[in-house]
Amino acid sequence: MERVPVLKIGDILLVSIQIDMEDQTALQLQEDLADRIVETGCHGVIIDISALDIVDSFVGRTLATIASISRVLDAETVVVGMRPAVAITLVELGLSLPGIRTALNVELGMALLARERDFEFKDIDDDEDDADEAVVAAS
Amino acid sequence: MALSTDEVGRFAGLLESNGDALTTAWTDAVATLLRGRLSHAELHRQIAELQKGFQSALAGGAGDLEADAAGELRGLLSELSNTRARQGFSATETAVSIFALKEAMLTVLGQDGDINATTLRDYVSFSAFVDRAGLFTFDSYVRAREELISDQAEQLLELSTPVVKLWEGVVAVPLVGTLDSARAQVVMERLLQTLVDTGSPYAIIDITGVPAVDTQVAQHILKTVVAARLMGADCIISGIRPQIAQTIVALGIEFGDIATKASLADALRHVLRKADVNAGRRGAGRRES
Repeated sequence: MERVPVLKIGDILLVSIQIDMEDQTALQLQEDLADRIVETGCHGVIIDISALDIVDSFVGRTLATIASISRVLDAETVVVGMRPAVAITLVELGLSLPGIRTALNVELGMALLARERDFEFKDIDDDEDDADEAVVAAS
Repeated sequence: MALSTDEVGRFAGLLESNGDALTTAWTDAVATLLRGRLSHAELHRQIAELQKGFQSALAGGAGDLEADAAGELRGLLSELSNTRARQGFSATETAVSIFALKEAMLTVLGQDGDINATTLRDYVSFSAFVDRAGLFTFDSYVRAREELISDQAEQLLELSTPVVKLWEGVVAVPLVGTLDSARAQVVMERLLQTLVDTGSPYAIIDITGVPAVDTQVAQHILKTVVAARLMGADCIISGIRPQIAQTIVALGIEFGDIATKASLADALRHVLRKADVNAGRRGAGRRES
């Protein structure tokens, strides 16, 4: 059975799917990714599906599952490079892949992850500031 | 109901011997029907050609319009209906040009004064032949018209769905005209392909030129937006006229969390602000690290 390689680039895991996704391949990818996220401590996952002609409902659901698993492991998932024909088919099928973040290409996907990360930290900073102020106010 | 061999022979003789008289009577009959929309000389030329077509078909022994000998006549008839269809004549005007041959034939038949049962029978069967020719003209006319319409529809489809780049990373589709399923499909495909080609994360669909929005049109637009989102681009709908806004609400169409703006300018401003915020966030992140 073919396996999809998972590459680590900085703080991001890059998965480029270049083969036809069969159900077994998708499940294997789901397992591999979960292992790798824990192993590397990465905070972002980019799945490139620009080579995929067909995304069926099972692959769509697996992508959603992968996104949920990553979120539990504190990693944001972005699916990038979906072809127009695939998007149209998914919409016609009524599958809008809720819970999956998307970007047009890998570059924009990385930018999106970087933005999300910054935003998150900014929130934490803000919260700490608020806490400080609260302390000041109390004293 | 094909003509018998001796009938065919008789008609061919009649057409040949009374050629000029027939053509004149026929041309006059058609000219009054067309009310001077074609010049008399032009009409006379066409009719003479047709008459020759009928004559040679009958002389060749064609008892029916489907016969091999009538091939030339069929060609003439369809050519006539093609030109008439393109010149904007109505179907009746075209078919009547053929049916007028019957009237002309009647004047020729009654000439020598002895109208008997044979003449009548001849006239009826000749009429049937002309009727079939008329119907054939009608069919060709409709076919020509249909071709014309489908050609125009195709041109319209190509003309009216441009995707323009408004700004770095922002593309827009100004929709003009009624949006049916076929057009919506073309618009959707073009927009999505442009998003991929240009790597633009923002798209604006401007519906200023759409005369009416019903549930189906809204459905098409929504599908496009959802598909663009699936690919990772943000879609904004702009150019919603007051009348259309009222219709949308009255129909209970929900655009959900899709941004809608009154004008294209507003949409562009919205997109630029959004892009700016995103760039700002990224810039801030870099400075901190």
